[in-house]
Amino acid sequence: MAEQPTPIWDFHGGLHVDDRKAPSKASPIREAVIPKRLQLPLQQHIGRHAEPVVRAGDPVLKGQLIARASDYVSANIHAPTSGMVSEIAELPIAHPSGLPALSIMMEADGKDRWAELPEPIPDYQEADPADLRERLRWAGIVGLGGAVFPTSVKTNVTGKQVDTLIINAAECEPYITCDDRLMQEQPAQVIAGADILRHIVGASRILIGIEDNKPEAITALRETIDTRGQRDIELRIVPTKYPSGGEKQLIYLLTGVEVPSHGLPLDVGMVCQNVATAVAVAEAILQGRPLISRVVTVTGQAVAQPGNLQTLIGTPVAELIEQCGGYLPGIHKLIMGGPMMGFGLHSDSVPVAKGSNCFIAATEAESPDPVKPSPCIRCGECVKVCPAQLLPQQLYWYARARDFDKTQDHHLFDCIECGCCAYVCPAHIPLVHYYRFAKTEIWAMEREREKAEHARRRHEFREARLKRLEAERKAKLRKKKEALAKKPASGKDPKKAAIEAAMQRVAAKKAGQEAADPASENEKN
Amino acid sequence: MSVLLTIVTITLLAAVFGLLLGYASVRFHVEGDPIADQVDALLPQTQCGQCGYAGCRPYAEAIAKGEADINLCAPGGETTMIALADLLGRDPLPLADAEAAAKPKSVARIIETDCIGCTLCLQACPVDAILGAAKQMHTVIEEECTGCELCVPPCPVECIIMVPIKETPETWRWPFPEPSPWIKEAGNG
Repeated sequence: MAEQPTPIWDFHGGLHVDDRKAPSKASPIREAVIPKRLQLPLQQHIGRHAEPVVRAGDPVLKGQLIARASDYVSANIHAPTSGMVSEIAELPIAHPSGLPALSIMMEADGKDRWAELPEPIPDYQEADPADLRERLRWAGIVGLGGAVFPTSVKTNVTGKQVDTLIINAAECEPYITCDDRLMQEQPAQVIAGADILRHIVGASRILIGIEDNKPEAITALRETIDTRGQRDIELRIVPTKYPSGGEKQLIYLLTGVEVPSHGLPLDVGMVCQNVATAVAVAEAILQGRPLISRVVTVTGQAVAQPGNLQTLIGTPVAELIEQCGGYLPGIHKLIMGGPMMGFGLHSDSVPVAKGSNCFIAATEAESPDPVKPSPCIRCGECVKVCPAQLLPQQLYWYARARDFDKTQDHHLFDCIECGCCAYVCPAHIPLVHYYRFAKTEIWAMEREREKAEHARRRHEFREARLKRLEAERKAKLRKKKEALAKKPASGKDPKKAAIEAAMQRVAAKKAGQEAADPASENEKN
Repeated sequence: MSVLLTIVTITLLAAVFGLLLGYASVRFHVEGDPIADQVDALLPQTQCGQCGYAGCRPYAEAIAKGEADINLCAPGGETTMIALADLLGRDPLPLADAEAAAKPKSVARIIETDCIGCTLCLQACPVDAILGAAKQMHTVIEEECTGCELCVPPCPVECIIMVPIKETPETWRWPFPEPSPWIKEAGNG
């Protein structure tokens, strides 16, 4: 193995945490059993929710489109297996609020029959990137590292120059091993997907960033790269430090380039994609398959057989846990995502969504309840570990005082919610909770402002319309009056003239009759 | 002589500056009331009239003139009051109608089986959020409704109800982290 040709930079802050990957790391990916019922939330991605294109009672085939992207930033949803749509209703989803969301519920028929799929595009190098993006859009692929941003949108680099595609294989959060297993077992798909993505964004090189705690995956990827003989793919091993898998952190580690505040990697000529996303891309392009399943890590000390499962999207978490031998006594919490950035689930009836990479059934010892925080003593430990180089304690003070303008002045939205600050805080202040509180408050205020602006426009329009109608009514009235006033002046009123004429005619007729009457009377007599 | 010169100079200067100011007031004339505009931008535009004015704009104008207090807007609540205090440099006041401000945000809904199609609510709606015609059933366009409740009293058959807006995962907000009782005792010092 060659020496690293280029240096690895080191980002500010970060932590060395116990990685706890061992329980699930050793177990190969197994196929999860097809559940009887699947719940597919319409919102599994960033952007607008998908619009259902099926109705309750419709039969569906595996891979059939059941909900369509309703906006540019949105994603298609496909049936993960064959069966029947049983209802479209508000069902529980994995969300920190515990609130339900509109979902498609389907009953599997167990036959797992495929729908007709689009043709594979094996010669993607010759294909137009726009066509390939369209295929990714059809397949409903979103960032599977957890951010769930639609991949077809992220890879649309029209008008920008991209020189590097970064493949994020860091998987820095403790417990999670799904990407690690994927790289060990399907390195060819990972590299193929990366190559397709490279072609789509028009990058000249691929950098794969992987933490040094995954030697098996490193070997597998290196062998694949060597067999393909691609010199433009570089595997770069970074030291294990949380959060090296943060997009901006990884880019800095690999290239020494800082993505500007409020900016995107695209602004510095880079696009970053996760390994699982790369595999999904390869399946969509080379096999014409939509995104209907993903590898999920089920781990924690309170689950009998931790492991990695290739799981259909929509599988209830409870079934997944059951296939891992069920809960062990001492189960305290069920966490979705990693222990640093994940959140506690309110129930295990929620389904696996596109972004669900890991479920941790934790004991109390593993994930103790938060202790009573003590006052901030301004020790500055949080500042030392912040990988985004923010001032966590200042953000905390301002968020606590609800001074949201100030939090934004201190770059609240550059916070990646990695949890390092809260982890080291000797006062046990739930810092990230404060930032999330501030962020959602700011978004809510933004929505209110937009709504008010909209209402103002409508109100002004109504006022203008009422004014116009009133003016029109008055104008009509005036016209009538004017017409009335005009007519007598122009001589005789035609109406009066007509009446007079009629009266004259009647008088003449009467006179005629009177003249003839005596004669007729005579005749009669 | 020098006194005369001073008087002439001062008079000339006064004339020049007077002309300049006069020209500027014509050339850079601002239509409307910019302060009222800024105040109006902070109001929630429900046009509900709970402040006692005919709508958000009239209230904004009254505030700008100094005729109205900044604590009268119930739908805006404390946030709006504080924003107004910041903008105008006035002292924050407790809300005039704290009870109304505490009400959850709602939208109007017409019980369609009871609607007689009288169009009275249509005329009351400040944002044209109700759809209908004479002797036809009316319905509220939910996305456009500001929850001002102005359509409720005119309805002769009382078929309009206010329904609280349901929270969804997209509109859900992280709750304020529970302040520790210890911090309260220490009083931030």
